Amino acid sequence: MSNTDIIIHDEKDNVGVVVIEKITPNQVCNCWIMENDKSISIQSKDEIPLGHKIAMIDLNEGDTILKYGHDIGKVVKNIKKGEHVHVHNVKTKKW
Amino acid sequence: MEIPKSFLGYKRENGRAGTRNHVIILPVDDISNACAEAVANNIKGTIALPHSYGRLQFGADLELHFRTMIGTGKNPNVAAVIVIGIEPKWTKRIVDAIATTGKPVEGFSIEGVGDIDTIAKVSKKAQEFSMWASEKQREECPMSDLWISVKCGESDTTSGLASNPTVGNLMDKLEPLGVHLCFGETSELTGAETVCEKRGKTPEAQAKFKKTWNDYNDFILKEATDDLSESQPTAGNIAGGLTTIEEKAFGNFQKIGGCQFIDVLEPAEEPTKGAGLYFMDTSSAAAECVTLQAAGGFNIHLFPTGQGNIIGNPIEPVIKLTANPLTAKTMSEHIDVDVSKILSREMNLSQAGDELIKSTLRVANGRLTCAEALGHKEFVMTKLYRSA
Repeated sequence: MSNTDIIIHDEKDNVGVVVIEKITPNQVCNCWIMENDKSISIQSKDEIPLGHKIAMIDLNEGDTILKYGHDIGKVVKNIKKGEHVHVHNVKTKKW
Repeated sequence: MEIPKSFLGYKRENGRAGTRNHVIILPVDDISNACAEAVANNIKGTIALPHSYGRLQFGADLELHFRTMIGTGKNPNVAAVIVIGIEPKWTKRIVDAIATTGKPVEGFSIEGVGDIDTIAKVSKKAQEFSMWASEKQREECPMSDLWISVKCGESDTTSGLASNPTVGNLMDKLEPLGVHLCFGETSELTGAETVCEKRGKTPEAQAKFKKTWNDYNDFILKEATDDLSESQPTAGNIAGGLTTIEEKAFGNFQKIGGCQFIDVLEPAEEPTKGAGLYFMDTSSAAAECVTLQAAGGFNIHLFPTGQGNIIGNPIEPVIKLTANPLTAKTMSEHIDVDVSKILSREMNLSQAGDELIKSTLRVANGRLTCAEALGHKEFVMTKLYRSA
């Protein structure tokens, strides 16, 4: 088994979580989908630290972020596949 | 792994069992703290539980104060209790309720006596209690005597990926053994509230959860100036990669594994529907939540953390686990169980759950937690509104 750089909870999710100290721009990352034990890969666009999220597909303003197979917020600024997903481009739908 | 059938605990007069054998000096109110602390300083083997409230409270807020005081005294991790208040009436109410457990309990009031004579009188009684409790021996107790509460803190994405699911795995394995389980954190289920509601075992439990969460959300909408973005997620959560309260909530929710909750408890309320999982309406602030769960009668606590929360409790041992390899390294003195190997896939969830069960039993049998060794004893009352 090759090292896992990114873990994705659910097959439906459009974000994954970095589980190594950081990934660097243009790095080809190994991703493991927990739900079905499948492996895929993605090329990162940004440097992303441990615990932070990467976009698995292109996302447009207004789109819903799915993690754990559930809605965890909305995109407020377009995000390209491989980019860092965090408070600068995603907001809560609550409150 | 074959799960052990028993642990070594202190059997109490009312049939419960403790994982600890504390003699506590419990002040009814803020102004009795000095007396309580002086007594605990005089008499070895006792511990004072100072706090900030207990005067001029009324209504539901006062009831919660009493429930927390009484529940703390009744907790089976407590062998004997001294209650000190400024006035005799509220002191007696707490003493009488704790006495229903059959454990030694005595109350003292300071008014008309003064601190110095009270400290002398109470110290004599505290010495008697401490020496009496010191002869108690641990005995074999069934696993069903474990009442396990859970709460996570300084969470990050590793909490939802690994440390919270490890707690969930433990719940899935221990629930069939008749263990009482409790999760809380009403605010931090926001975003996952409808998914959580469906985990109620009965329509009544589901309806009770829905009302509890709605009441909380109404309160937030009324009091919040804009949103809770400075508080939920916290700066620590955001540094750890958590972006929204919804993301935090789904991570939080992993702690209950596949279990269903059988009832919804008021803050500090003791469960009465038998073994199984309970939801308690609590704040998500760590010390407040654990104080309430301990007052509900829970005798051992599991606390997954991502960025490194350091909380402890004076009477309920708090076991910390993390899946964040950096936290495990930089804050190792706070981490009882390191499950970071789940992220590198050198350990699976079931193996991590087994490790956590082993550690939980070692602590139940008497091993100090990191928080105990470091002297963490945060006792924090939940206040519902300002006093009269």
